[in-house]
Amino acid sequence: MYIIEVENLVRKYGDLTAVDNISFSVEEGEIFGFLGPNGAGKTTTISVLCTLLRPTSGRAWVNGHDVVREQAAVRRSIGLVFQDPSLDDRLTAQENLEFHAVLYDIPADVRAKRTEEVLRMVELYDRRNNLVRTFSGGMKRRLEIARGLMHYPKVLFLDEPTLGLDPQTRSHIWEYILELREREGITIFLTTHYMEEAEHADRIAIIDYGRIVALDTPENLKSMVGGDIITVKTRDDEAAARQIAARYGVKVRRTADGLSFKVAKGEEFIPKLVVESETEILSVGLRRPTLDDVFLKLTGREIREEEAGPLDRMRERMRRRARRH
Amino acid sequence: MHTLRAIYIIGYREILRYWRDKPRIISSFARPLLFLFVFGSGLSPAMGGLARGLGSEGLEAALGEAIDYTKFIFPGVIGMNMLIASLMSGISIVWDREFGFLKEVLVAPISRAAVALGKTLGGSTIGVIQGLLILALAPSVGVSVTPMMVIQLIPLMLLASFATTSLGVLIAARMRTVESFGMIMNLLTMPMIFISGAMFPLRDLPSWMDFLVKINPVTYAIDPLRQVIFRAQGLPEAALEKLPQMGLGVIVFGHTMTIADDIIVIVAFGVTMIALAMWMFSIQD
Repeated sequence: MYIIEVENLVRKYGDLTAVDNISFSVEEGEIFGFLGPNGAGKTTTISVLCTLLRPTSGRAWVNGHDVVREQAAVRRSIGLVFQDPSLDDRLTAQENLEFHAVLYDIPADVRAKRTEEVLRMVELYDRRNNLVRTFSGGMKRRLEIARGLMHYPKVLFLDEPTLGLDPQTRSHIWEYILELREREGITIFLTTHYMEEAEHADRIAIIDYGRIVALDTPENLKSMVGGDIITVKTRDDEAAARQIAARYGVKVRRTADGLSFKVAKGEEFIPKLVVESETEILSVGLRRPTLDDVFLKLTGREIREEEAGPLDRMRERMRRRARRH
Repeated sequence: MHTLRAIYIIGYREILRYWRDKPRIISSFARPLLFLFVFGSGLSPAMGGLARGLGSEGLEAALGEAIDYTKFIFPGVIGMNMLIASLMSGISIVWDREFGFLKEVLVAPISRAAVALGKTLGGSTIGVIQGLLILALAPSVGVSVTPMMVIQLIPLMLLASFATTSLGVLIAARMRTVESFGMIMNLLTMPMIFISGAMFPLRDLPSWMDFLVKINPVTYAIDPLRQVIFRAQGLPEAALEKLPQMGLGVIVFGHTMTIADDIIVIVAFGVTMIALAMWMFSIQD
């Protein structure tokens, strides 16, 4: 049985179609990723799966329960870590978790033990009586993950889990997540616009303008690109481009850094290129394809890979608010 | 059982957050103090003739002395503080929505109606606390406080607070930003207080104002408080009977509203509001 099933899901906000007829399934125990630029429909899809939004049309099931007709059952099976922090700043870490425990009907005798367990897991036990207002961004995110796990959900939804966090915190959080999957067999549904983050997934759906443009393992997706990426800088880029295209039958792109094209087995190709080139080669670079290259190949655009700063996040929030009207 | 516990914890969170915000509690005293001591002292001399033409000269004198303006608006100021606190509960909902916490509550396996109820109960309790804080000022305005009076006041305050909080929750149910809510608050709060018989006696009013007073739910929330407080001031029975005619009571279609009558109106209003609030909250996007 698939732990998540989505069938022809459509979600519109007035005239804007945020999710445009997508279908996919997620296996239990998988790490499944939604990769796409901001505004592609990732958060909207997660919101529908978490019963926060109703589909305009189409159906979805989580843990065998219909997200429209069996909402309480779906909610009991899922944990959710939102893109925007959703903790209460004026309560302590412990109080936030206790609040959650009561809402999810965790029995009183188990509550204290479970709270301690998850706090220790994310290494926040010593800070349990501090107001969340005093926590850093990374600590808040860890607390939210702890909270999302308290009721032993079958699926943990992570909406841009490491957005705005520094690399060290990011890798720590992924350590917990992977350990989690090992220990508790939980399924992880992840949305992100960071390529490196998507690499953690077993399978990725690339989403753009509300549609799934590809769905496969990261490896398979990358091999779609058709080889390694070579970048060269020469004395005469224009001439070199023509020669390379003619001699090796590849499509050459001009970029700000020089020329770029794809070949199979890049390491073996480079010596040949250097020897056979008629123009003087100044530098050569070799890169394995990344998911950004996959996206580029599929859509002709790049996923905007910059760190989303606070301004971006506020803009995102405004955009989302505008959509809801 | 689970639902009851959930309602409780949602209400409890409201009270916890309120109590931890000491600056807000302190600043909530500013307006009541202004009304009681500045307004009250300033207007008292002008209000001397409240009891004019209602009985013997001796009675008039006794009444005029017993109830100066400051004492007159004391129940109204309690009501004002409660009303403002209750409507502010609505703000907490909009705040939670705007800053994300509401999602945590909405994605939990409890009904949205339960969320509305929890917020209302928490807000009502806060309203009562705010009312009691003003009651503590009674000695400084010459209003005597008896234990019996307090015991009678608390359930009446709870009822009134419940009605106004559910109004606040209803307004907040579909509101997106704190600014919009703030605007509505400003439009509603002061008019509702001023046109409730709390600020001036309901005697010889122009008919349009008289009408507004009679349809204003706050009028029926404050009237019981006033009756309980004045009854405990040691006035002779004959004088107490004159109070409604002085404008210190509510007369609807010739019938003087008793505390029981007021309660019926408030309960009806409150139940309607909370039912609507629970329904509005349940509507899903």
